[in-house]
Amino acid sequence: MNTTLNVVTSQEYKYGFVTDIEADSVAPGLNEDVIRFISAKKGEPEWLLEFRLKAYRHWLTMTEPDWAKVAYPKPDFQKIVYYSAPKAKTPKYASMDEVDPELKRTFEKLGVPINEQAALAGVAVDVVFDSVSVTTTYKEKLATVGIIFCSFSEAVKEHPELIKQYLGSVVPSADNFYAALNSAVFTDGSFVFIPKGVTCPMDLSTYFRINNKESGQFERTLIVAEESASVSYLEGCTAPQFDTNQLHAAVVELVALDHATIKYSTVQNWYAGDKNGVGGIFNFVTKRGLCKGKSSHISWTQVETGSAITWKYPSCILLGDDSVGEFYSVALTNHKQQADTGTKMVHIGRNTKSTIISKGISAGDSSNSYRGLVKVQPKAEGARNFSQCDSMLIGQACSASTFPYIEVQNRSARVEHEATTSKIGEEQLFYFQQRGIPAEEAISMIINGFCKDVFRELPMEFAVEATKLLSLKLEGSVG
Amino acid sequence: MLSIKNLTASINGTPVLMGIDLEMKAGEIHAIMGPNGSGKSTLGKVLAGHPSYEVTGGEVLFEGQNLFDLQPDARARAGIFLGFQHPIEVPGVSNASFLRLAYNKKAEAEGRDELDPLEFDDFIHEKIKLVAMKEEFLDRSLNEGFSGGEKKRNEILQMAVLEPKLAILDELDSGLDIDAMRVLGDAVNRLQRPDRALLIITHFPRILETIHPQFVHVLSGGRILKSAGKELAVELEERGYDWVLEEAAAGGLR
Repeated sequence: MNTTLNVVTSQEYKYGFVTDIEADSVAPGLNEDVIRFISAKKGEPEWLLEFRLKAYRHWLTMTEPDWAKVAYPKPDFQKIVYYSAPKAKTPKYASMDEVDPELKRTFEKLGVPINEQAALAGVAVDVVFDSVSVTTTYKEKLATVGIIFCSFSEAVKEHPELIKQYLGSVVPSADNFYAALNSAVFTDGSFVFIPKGVTCPMDLSTYFRINNKESGQFERTLIVAEESASVSYLEGCTAPQFDTNQLHAAVVELVALDHATIKYSTVQNWYAGDKNGVGGIFNFVTKRGLCKGKSSHISWTQVETGSAITWKYPSCILLGDDSVGEFYSVALTNHKQQADTGTKMVHIGRNTKSTIISKGISAGDSSNSYRGLVKVQPKAEGARNFSQCDSMLIGQACSASTFPYIEVQNRSARVEHEATTSKIGEEQLFYFQQRGIPAEEAISMIINGFCKDVFRELPMEFAVEATKLLSLKLEGSVG
Repeated sequence: MLSIKNLTASINGTPVLMGIDLEMKAGEIHAIMGPNGSGKSTLGKVLAGHPSYEVTGGEVLFEGQNLFDLQPDARARAGIFLGFQHPIEVPGVSNASFLRLAYNKKAEAEGRDELDPLEFDDFIHEKIKLVAMKEEFLDRSLNEGFSGGEKKRNEILQMAVLEPKLAILDELDSGLDIDAMRVLGDAVNRLQRPDRALLIITHFPRILETIHPQFVHVLSGGRILKSAGKELAVELEERGYDWVLEEAAAGGLR
């Protein structure tokens, strides 16, 4: 039985290589000294060290959340390396010519356009390797219109007033266990500032790579769009293949002021562990956007294909009247992967709108859950939400769950929720094959059809990449 | 074109085909008839390579080639078409893009030029006339929300696009009203040519008033009990199947 479906070849994770590069690391373990070390290493001001220590002290009082539908051995936080950086003469490369050739090759292999001349795509990229931002492209060009796009560490030095104003303003340091941990030990990340009235002329992108076996990745992204500004931001990530688990606990904060638009897209392809669930990234991420002003607009689009465990709920706080929050998600799990992902839409302002489109695809022995909260607060007169959560099952051993939470405290609100579950089975595949279409292409066509509503929200090149990635991840899994 | 010798097959270990022999030449139309559960649909699925069925014995040659050497998609590209009794629905995949991919896979296999979306648009607009399908069905998701009749229309459209050497139509008439039956029957007749063969699988003889087979076979209990010319269909219409079964039991067939 099911031979056709099992025959489809299995392709290994393409990005599983390790770069042999000299790293400057701190010994594993976490205490106040380690935090002071990180802060000193980065030459941070006193207030930021205080921010970290406060977060750390609070974190010590917290326990790891266990309400998500995922099961895993809790990480030993004393075995993690909290700082690892590629060794270099200068802490930050002034130009691409100074970047270690080995590192350059790594990103070439990953297909990340870090060479401006070669970057035909016209995407500006900030590259974060283990804990440190390696390079940022098109910085000068963007600066001419007043846009700041740089590593987080650089922003702390160059634009401390902005960081001080916005850091922790959307995700407070005590928000949750992993956000607190991140606030204590974050090492780098990206900072974007789009001034009033400016539409960012190109897509901005950060590419994250974990290389060190013991290191955790704790990056911090902060994007601020002032009045009537707009930006589209992309995030990509990969990691080498190790038989141990690495922890990735990032925090992303978005702030949109009056009439501003932030579109944040992620294609997440962290190493997912092998077929038997050995190794892989624990992806515990807090992403939240604040629609602070009138008619501000925040849109999250995510394609989650990697990680052993995913725990992630990109959310929107719709504070300003008439503001709009959107969440478009494709989460794919295969083999022993577990994902518990979704969103929170908190309607505070009047006539706020939110849309949630979630597509979960489970294959192998995996578990895939959608968990979403739609909350309408008492003053959110005329708030509207539409949610659609579709699950697709491939094979017999996987599971899909949907946990919608709806809290409405204003009678004028309209909240709609739709959910479906379908299955790619023998019959569907046989139908395609009977028309001369090979199984691989059939799966890819069915999956793309299923995810269409989400993919069309992605920038085109990202959509192409996402399409390929899904097909690749599902190879050998149908049966 | 098609030579089936002592074919046996089972599903989940239960035998369903108990030794089928059938010879079909180019230009011929054959009808397989029989009561429900006789194995008619199974025969079509086994020939097309449905993964749920296990071939346990016998041989099938298609144009001299062992059919069981080919995966289902390769069989399709080689020219075998199965019109499904219950076509499946695929949300999000447009009918037109599905048809074009199927067309291009076959064109690629035959070394012909593939069609880009604009070329295919011209091509498909000619084809839909044959089955009197409304254009809007091209942009809709594959079979999603189609009525039973619209699904069957879409099956014959696919047949018109792929122009198979051997078309096996499984219960084409189920779910069709008289008018639709006539349109699709005519379409199938127009697609039939001297270098093609047609195998009609049906429970009711009604469809054979539009599509005229030269050979009629009665299948029951996984065996062909009786083969004759088209006059057999008329007799089945009048007398039902029981007399064939009784005759076979009395004659100790096989």
